Amino acid sequence: MNNPQLTKNGELKHLLSIEGLPKAILNQILDTAESFVGVAEREVKKVPLLRGKTVCNIFFENSTRTRTTFEIAAKRLSADVINLNVNTSSQSKGETILDTVDNLIAMHADMFVIRHAQSGAAHFIARHVAPHIRVINAGDGRHAHPTQGLLDVFTIRRYKPDMHNLRIAIVGDVLHSRVARSEIHALTTLGVPEVRVIAPKTLLPHDVERLGVQVYHDMNAGLKDVDVVMMLRLQNERMNGALLPSAQEYFKCYGLTQEKLALAKPDAIVMHPGPMNRGVEIDSAVADGAQSVILPQVTYGIAVRMAVMSILAGNTEE
Amino acid sequence: MKILIKNGRLIDHKNNIDAVRDVYVAAGKVVAVGDAPADFHPNATIDATNLVVAPGLVDVSARLREPGFEYKATLKSELRAAVAGGVTSLACPPDTDPVLDEPGLVEMLKHRAKLLNLAHVYPVGALTRKLEGKELTEMSELAEAGCVGFSHVTARLTDTLVLRRAMQYASTFGFTVWLHPEDAYLAKNGVAHDGEVAARLGLAGIPSSAETIALATILTLAEETGARVHICRISTREGVEMLRQAKQRGLAVSADAAANHVHLTEHDIGYFDAQCHLKPPLRSQRDRDALRQGLADHTLDVICSDHTPVDDDAKLAPFGETEAGATGLELLLPLTLKWAQETATPLAAALARITSEPARLLGINAGHLSVGATADICVFDPEQFWKIERNALHSQGKNTPFLGMELAGKVRWTLVAGQVVHQS
Amino acid sequence: MNLPDAEQLILSLADQVRPLLDEGAALVGIHSGGAWLAQRIQKLYGKNVDLGTLDISFYRDDFSRIGLHPQIKPSDIPFDVEERPIVLVDDVLFTGRTVRAAMNELFDYGRPGKVTLAALVDRGGRELPIEAQIVGAHIPLQPQQNLHLLRDEHGTLSLKLHEAA
Repeated sequence: MNNPQLTKNGELKHLLSIEGLPKAILNQILDTAESFVGVAEREVKKVPLLRGKTVCNIFFENSTRTRTTFEIAAKRLSADVINLNVNTSSQSKGETILDTVDNLIAMHADMFVIRHAQSGAAHFIARHVAPHIRVINAGDGRHAHPTQGLLDVFTIRRYKPDMHNLRIAIVGDVLHSRVARSEIHALTTLGVPEVRVIAPKTLLPHDVERLGVQVYHDMNAGLKDVDVVMMLRLQNERMNGALLPSAQEYFKCYGLTQEKLALAKPDAIVMHPGPMNRGVEIDSAVADGAQSVILPQVTYGIAVRMAVMSILAGNTEE
Repeated sequence: MKILIKNGRLIDHKNNIDAVRDVYVAAGKVVAVGDAPADFHPNATIDATNLVVAPGLVDVSARLREPGFEYKATLKSELRAAVAGGVTSLACPPDTDPVLDEPGLVEMLKHRAKLLNLAHVYPVGALTRKLEGKELTEMSELAEAGCVGFSHVTARLTDTLVLRRAMQYASTFGFTVWLHPEDAYLAKNGVAHDGEVAARLGLAGIPSSAETIALATILTLAEETGARVHICRISTREGVEMLRQAKQRGLAVSADAAANHVHLTEHDIGYFDAQCHLKPPLRSQRDRDALRQGLADHTLDVICSDHTPVDDDAKLAPFGETEAGATGLELLLPLTLKWAQETATPLAAALARITSEPARLLGINAGHLSVGATADICVFDPEQFWKIERNALHSQGKNTPFLGMELAGKVRWTLVAGQVVHQS
Repeated sequence: MNLPDAEQLILSLADQVRPLLDEGAALVGIHSGGAWLAQRIQKLYGKNVDLGTLDISFYRDDFSRIGLHPQIKPSDIPFDVEERPIVLVDDVLFTGRTVRAAMNELFDYGRPGKVTLAALVDRGGRELPIEAQIVGAHIPLQPQQNLHLLRDEHGTLSLKLHEAA
């Protein structure tokens, strides 16, 4: 099966998922992102790489935060940016995803950043666009959020450069989380020896061990001696119902507090993809505490997305 | 019209024949096998040298999409596809629009199919009105109109009291109840097997327990009511094992597996290939192997095409938004041959699973070439490969997981009631 | 062809740059050869002098044809560029496109004062109106020839000529 993300020469063509990407490409993205971190600190926070290119952010699922980071990244690369929020109501008028995309291609868009509620939506679009178009997955259903996974490992690498010697715990709703899947693939590909997931059984996918993680249901056991704690967001609609009895009980069992964090290594860092539910998955004291690197994650997110966009735009082989 | 089919390898499992024999057809019937009857002067001769001459295939489940879904397929296109695939008799499920829950609709369907003069159509009636799972249909009237059984297809039937009564009522008249074992709650919103691939791709899963829980309910009620039950599209290892035990207990139960499920697994979904969005979902390698084992020990009686033509638009979306199903009539023979080859099943025994066995389940006189039988015949080249491409398919549905692949088993002639209805 | 000894050329280049550094100029080397040279010049100068490096990958004019270089080093200008005299150091001056890119990048850090270009070798073949004020050696070459500055494990620099096939 050909990897739809790669060109015939094995270069990155689309970024759809971390899974299936060779370590060398992940490292290329991370190394390139290092150079972009400095760009934001200069007088002119812009480089001319994507001058004349048009980047379309198509968000079939609303997310102002993610869209903004992609928009800033594209603008710092001197691209023209079009933002499109396609709500489900205009979709129900009979216009399909492909209609929307085809329209933008007719307007000479070069690159698409896609957010969609269905797993596989970015793959679907990548399969149907013209060969010179580049597609970046900005989150598809429960499947993948590759730039988030990359910015997370970028952040980890900055604080804990020896990836081959880390113990990392991912805590929360793994079942519904595209972020968790991308994080797991990124960490295992880069050679992190121990990745743990900590969650109740209702929030873990069947056969999750096959992704190469160790499963913990007890947070105290799972956090023991870890170097990095990666919290996941719990969606509001999942807090009450048959998945979980209540947000309060969830916080009691799986919320990150200073006491629980004390079980991790003393220099452990705490991460969260945002937006946070304070008091549900994470205590404010931890979120704003000395071990939190949640804001640097946001900063690095721009650099990582600039790296991805410029690498994709540069790989012109079709 | 007299036709001589000569020099072919006749495989007629029911009559225990697997040898080079000539077949003589006259007035729509098989008039002789082997030696020519006196004064037989054929109008046409089919040279079947190096080809297999078999009874026309019998498929226990092919959606024809009429009435109601003509944009997906029509009677004409699908019956044309049937004979192109060597299928001369087929049962069609009642999930049309309107649902096949009234005798008039069944008669109309049978009548229109007959006018086309292609494959024989045997409708399966709806078990409940509008397939809503609430009120029973007029099964006796429907049977008189031509229904060979009563099915709830994949529509929700969560009320076990209704199910129990439907089985009691059907068994009163000796009708077979066709049921797809899938728990509506566990399968809700699911699009793929709840296993490794769904975990990886973030697809909503349908656990194996969706099948086994429903199956346990069905088998319990079958035992209690004495109803004869046909289990449609078994997909799990555990399901096969439950059926095996039920059969050992002597329960009047039969079962089929879809040809796609005999070959494919969840891994064939690859990168969200919507062609592999099927119902029930493609499951694990272990499940697939168990289906093969179940076929080998006759826990599963037949292989069916589960022909479900889907329009292109319905497949042109992200995986979870696509419609489940694949075209299958023209792949039934090659996929059965592929299964036979991979499992070293003798050709005659393999063909029985798509000829005499399904005919027995449907209670129809077909699937054999005894003297005097209706001359429904399939002449095919078991060695010839052909590429599964849109243009190569007669079905209006062009979607199958095997698109682009080459499969062995090419139908050369199909005869229905002694007339050549397909030739290639 | 006999190539001059790069180590000798560096001494000459450093001598020519020295007056500018005395007047307060900062050194900026273009990655990678120019950055090595700038370091050596700083060392030879013997006094504290601001030193920066530029990786011009984000400013290349052939990006749309050859893509992003797989190994980019971050640019690093650890001083205020505004109004500052700058000596831009490159190893081999050829078409002038690298220098064009470097100046564009430099200006994104601020508006420098006087910019002087120092090149170890000027090999001719300019495609842009760019000249070096300070040159170690003039070595006219054919278009298919490539001249590279290499650094061995001891840090010794040398020139090497490649003939394109």
